[in-house]
Amino acid sequence: MTRFQNIAIAAFIWLIVTPHNLFAQEDLGQFSGNFQIDGQLYRPDTAINAVVPPEKMALSGFGNLLYTRGKLSGGIRFETYIPAPVAYPAGAKWTGTGIGYRFARYSEESFDITVGNFYEQFGSGMVLRTWEDRGLGVDYSLDGVRVITKPYRGISITALYGKQRFNFNNGLVNGGGIVRGVNADIDISEMLDSLMFIPGQLMIGGSFVSKYERNTSSQFDYPENVGAGSLRMKYSLRNFQLAGEYAFTGENPSRLNSQIIPIPPDQDPGVGLWLPGNGINLNATYSQKGFGISLTASTLANMSFQSERNAGPFDSWINYLPPTSILQTYLLAQLYPYATQPNGEVSYRGELYYHFKKESLLGGATGLKFDMSFTQIKQPRITMLDDLGTTRNGAEISLFRSGELTYYADFNAKLSKTISKKFKASLFYMNLVYNNDVIQGAYDFNNEAAKGTVYADMIVFEGNLKVNRTNNLRFEIQALFTDQHLQDWLSVVAEYTVSPHWFFSAINQYNYGNADGDFFNFPVGSLGYIKDSSRISLSYGRQRAGVFCVGGICRVVPAANGLTINITSSF
Amino acid sequence: MKSLALCLLLLIVSTASFAQKTIPAIPVKDLQGHTFNTGELNNDGKPMIINFWATWCAPCKRELNTIAEVYDEWQKETGVKLIAISIDDARSQSRVLPFINGSSWEYEIYIDANQDFKRAMGVNNVPHTFLVDGNGYVVWQHNNYSPGDEEELYDKIRALTGK
Repeated sequence: MTRFQNIAIAAFIWLIVTPHNLFAQEDLGQFSGNFQIDGQLYRPDTAINAVVPPEKMALSGFGNLLYTRGKLSGGIRFETYIPAPVAYPAGAKWTGTGIGYRFARYSEESFDITVGNFYEQFGSGMVLRTWEDRGLGVDYSLDGVRVITKPYRGISITALYGKQRFNFNNGLVNGGGIVRGVNADIDISEMLDSLMFIPGQLMIGGSFVSKYERNTSSQFDYPENVGAGSLRMKYSLRNFQLAGEYAFTGENPSRLNSQIIPIPPDQDPGVGLWLPGNGINLNATYSQKGFGISLTASTLANMSFQSERNAGPFDSWINYLPPTSILQTYLLAQLYPYATQPNGEVSYRGELYYHFKKESLLGGATGLKFDMSFTQIKQPRITMLDDLGTTRNGAEISLFRSGELTYYADFNAKLSKTISKKFKASLFYMNLVYNNDVIQGAYDFNNEAAKGTVYADMIVFEGNLKVNRTNNLRFEIQALFTDQHLQDWLSVVAEYTVSPHWFFSAINQYNYGNADGDFFNFPVGSLGYIKDSSRISLSYGRQRAGVFCVGGICRVVPAANGLTINITSSF
Repeated sequence: MKSLALCLLLLIVSTASFAQKTIPAIPVKDLQGHTFNTGELNNDGKPMIINFWATWCAPCKRELNTIAEVYDEWQKETGVKLIAISIDDARSQSRVLPFINGSSWEYEIYIDANQDFKRAMGVNNVPHTFLVDGNGYVVWQHNNYSPGDEEELYDKIRALTGK
């Protein structure tokens, strides 16, 4: 960030705030924002190969400041990583202190313009979703211009142009690629209004996105412009809802898609495959009060779309490919998180929710809630092409045709019941198949990815005891059984809260009967204080090696031992 | 850097004279997929609760399930309305509608798929609850959920409505 930029930003904020209030009493607009600080102190612990960075401590944080005055708004985010926690962020390193995000926006009823950084999503994000998750350490914001117009009722058109955040080095650092896109969403029901009657509610939409990156290779004629598009619809009629999206990309050689097939050593794997991408996502739901079902089918072939050809697996993503599996929040379930395989997969999911009413046969006096889901994700059928020396397609991937390998499968069910005014309980079961050769989400005590497929069963009993109006004890007993990976685990969680300010928790994860005959305990104790929108928490203990996931992607977290402190606040 | 820091300091010091926090106008989607502008959220001069949650957030579901049990009484006594903003992204968005129906929730629900509204409201983590008075000003907010927090929230609502 140059001196000139600082002065420009300061002047900008000054301009929108000051001039009009010198003489007249006027609305000065409003400020809002939030911040977060995470500190960690590392201690050596050879039994679990805990990491200790040379600084022995890590501190990261950010603060957002937003200003709104009528149709004008602006915002800025300070970020600091001195240094970032070990293995944070997921992709390219973030270091130093500075400004990572700033924008100015003017928006009114039918016109909205943003300059600077912005986050945007077209449809479900299959061709464009720029997003952030600060916990995970991803930030794909675009830096440029975005215009949204509403030319007619029910129609919204978005156009954008910009560079994408690549990493952070004492300030925002954009990557070399350029992203351009246009999107139209049409709410048919609203557009037709009373002109014509159609039963139900229908929305359609389409996007086109293109990226440009200069070809610096003297050997390969990489496409410098790569296009991608999508078409989608959503239809609701009474209790039914149907949604679907089809997306494609042009030939898109990248570092990531060289792993679709084994490439012989005489062919440079860094070139990637010159394959177009395709993907389909379909969902149908039926629901009414007390009951809901949902069916999802999804398939992908070579759908990674990044603004830099050589980007790593977590960097510069333009699109978002969500995993079909359901994110389970129980600790031991997080040993085996699924991550979407952008090179190809065929996946199906079905789920059911049911609320047995009070005074019904199964509901009893207080009612009973039941939910279950089944997910299966397989390799797509891949036909090898012997063309690596010529067109370099390398393989033909069939949509919705499964191959041999199962990547992931899970069946889970949960019962929740209010036993009495004081006590609530739930019971959870999961059966899991997890192919770690493909997903690489499970790690051993040497911080290395485990080999092979894991078959596991898991049971959780969760209880909630309300002591009085403000005091509450919640506990979980979790057991995971498997003959693979680290074998069996038992975990206990106890959480005592005094509303509205205090919480105390003690967690232990106990790994027994693993291949080396060792036992490992991973105890963590935490306490926290909450006041309105501010929260401070301290924890001390052992953290097992594993993967921390949010949404579609996961970051590897090495084993650690030590103290962490987190502070968050909003204003 | 100095000029910027000074300028921001001045602004922060003078915030007292700035307007109270209101609800920013951000497009979100309703459960059918229609776009809805959050600037239009209102409850005819009665208070509103705006709650940020997600289907993958266990304490969020505990909070909204607990309030669901007393929501009838709250509405009858104070006329309060709860607006539940789901921050589920494309991964879990299709689960929102069957989930809320399966849970028998009666709330007004919107989806903030790319977290634009969450960002504009300065929310760090879910659950995060805002209480908005009849004039559209944010009068109270709370991060996190512990059983019993709903009692404090209800005390605040009653104070607003003079009940």
